[in-house]
Amino acid sequence: MTRKEVFEKLNDIFRDVFDDDTIEVNEDTTAADIDEWDSLMHITLIGTVEDEFDIKFAMKDIVGMKNVGAMADRILELI
Amino acid sequence: MRERYLKTKMRELEYPFDPEWMRKKKRKIKKQLLEELPKGAITKKIAILGGSTFDEVRDMLELFLLNYGIVPSFYSSEYNSFYEDGMFDNPELIEFAPDLIYIHTSFKNIDALPMPNDSGDTVQEKYESVINKFKGLWEHLLSKYSCPVIQNNFDYPFYRLLGNNDAVLIQGRVRFVRALNHEFADFALQHENFFINDINYQQAVYGIDKWSDPLYWNMYKYALAVPAIPAFSYNLASIIKAIYGRNKKALSLDLDNTLWGGVIGDDGPDNIEIGMETPTGQIYAEFQTYLKELMSMGVLLTVNSKNDESVAREGFERPDSVLKKDDFIGFKANWEPKDRNLAGVAQDINLTTDSFVFVDDNPAEREIVKTSLTGTAVPDIGNAEDYIRTLDRAAYFEVVRLSQDDLDRNAMYLANAKRQESEVQFKDYGEYLDSLLMEAEIKPFSSVYYSRIAQLTNKSNQFNLTTKRMSQSDIERIAEDDGYITLYGKLKDRFGDNGVVSVAYGKVCGDVLDIEMWLMSCRVLKRDMEKAMMDELIRICLLRGIHTLRGHYYPTAKNGMVKDFFAERGFEKVDEDEAGNTLWERKISFDEMAESRYIKVNP
Repeated sequence: MTRKEVFEKLNDIFRDVFDDDTIEVNEDTTAADIDEWDSLMHITLIGTVEDEFDIKFAMKDIVGMKNVGAMADRILELI
Repeated sequence: MRERYLKTKMRELEYPFDPEWMRKKKRKIKKQLLEELPKGAITKKIAILGGSTFDEVRDMLELFLLNYGIVPSFYSSEYNSFYEDGMFDNPELIEFAPDLIYIHTSFKNIDALPMPNDSGDTVQEKYESVINKFKGLWEHLLSKYSCPVIQNNFDYPFYRLLGNNDAVLIQGRVRFVRALNHEFADFALQHENFFINDINYQQAVYGIDKWSDPLYWNMYKYALAVPAIPAFSYNLASIIKAIYGRNKKALSLDLDNTLWGGVIGDDGPDNIEIGMETPTGQIYAEFQTYLKELMSMGVLLTVNSKNDESVAREGFERPDSVLKKDDFIGFKANWEPKDRNLAGVAQDINLTTDSFVFVDDNPAEREIVKTSLTGTAVPDIGNAEDYIRTLDRAAYFEVVRLSQDDLDRNAMYLANAKRQESEVQFKDYGEYLDSLLMEAEIKPFSSVYYSRIAQLTNKSNQFNLTTKRMSQSDIERIAEDDGYITLYGKLKDRFGDNGVVSVAYGKVCGDVLDIEMWLMSCRVLKRDMEKAMMDELIRICLLRGIHTLRGHYYPTAKNGMVKDFFAERGFEKVDEDEAGNTLWERKISFDEMAESRYIKVNP
């Protein structure tokens, strides 16, 4: 899977989880950019990303990811 | 692909559901459930007192409850303040006035765990400090709020300091948890309004390693793995729907490849697989045994099969068939569509089709029933070796109380069938009623029947004038209030005892009795029981100086059969609003003639 494909899939996941079809995520997107991205939604988001890519993040991954770009990097390493 | 689910929803919230899909789509699902609320939905205020984070537990619980037609509103305690909130009467909680309290605690909330170097006395002290804290909380909540309380028992620790001896030595934590859980269960046995959410079993089903993944505790302070939460909340929702009388009551069962292996019409009764001879035969025998066990707790079994009836019967005449023809309250083996058969059986035994679970190995048959009978549960039952697990985990028949009535139900329905046979022999219906030698006990609510009375108010939909749902504590309150006149009616006849079948009560307002509740179980329809109840109510009212009865009828999707009930009892309609709610009045005096002629009351 290419980085571009990972981003496309991530974008779909974000739209699903936040139930908002206008969301466009990019390298620098963080929780501050999406209104409803609170700690509860974060858990749902991480879980859905894990399910959809069929991977499991370690705790240090979750703590360490600073933006969606970093998430995509880690996904590419794990798949 | 998954979008398709949303359009045919909410079958997808029935077991076995897709937990990943639920978590991802929870907002969309909730919106849709709220738009498509079934008629007869009820609202309930649920207070969650948590010992760890529970947002996801609450959100998933909400979806499952909505799917059961229960619209919840929630009070959520602050993080880990279950004890303070419950024990010291948080004013917000008092104002919320919960209909139900759920205490979401876990192993993480055991304040004092035994250590390997503890003396036996120290362990005992720790044990008592834990159990006393919880018991104190429960007793306070039960007396302060008089509502059902659901309490988690404890999950197992995810590591065992003492290895296998953790379950043996006094200092072992597995042993400690087992002892606590045992005492939690004892408390539930002694308190009718107190229920255990058995998370210990849930954890085992899910797998201890996955359930207790420390990531979720340390990252988010969840006491269980977040992916386990949909299953967790489903189990919790099944207790709540059972408390509010939303259990299923009957099974509609296919035969070929459902109750035995093979097709009896093609293979012949000698060649179907059932019994101990083959692995396949054993699987089906085990399933039949499971059904027989369900029957023993009051679940009704019916057959719904595409077969000639004479051929189908032969399957149950085999000596190794666990189930026999007489175990079934309804037996439809014919070539009619199965949805029509199911509806026919439902009508024969006075149940609605949404009280049924349809079990069939054939997905095409399931699809027909799913499409035409929206309320009927139609699980994707899997392979023969999955049948028991699917039905069990789906918790259609979740037991919250095992009343004598539940245990006797099958016998009562069989007696009913016999009554119907004898009915045919009489020309005159009155002659038939006379032959039944009916005796009724009609008396004010008494404590031995509180649980049955509450159960009836939650289960009766058809012969129910106001469809008012009551908890056991509501019943107790009204029974003890002099401002109310209450009556329950028990009916027996020469075929058997029907138990408590009718409930009525009214509020005394000067010389008027305002009848807030009047219901009767459909199993005693056309037996004149309602007349006997009214005669008795009038007698008691007159003794208390009441000269006017006022009745209410609130129409629902299901109670059309009683819209003229008050008119038939000699009431006059005095008001009707736009929704069709009607108000009725009747003057009463000592000259009244008894209406009931065939029932001996309080002999």
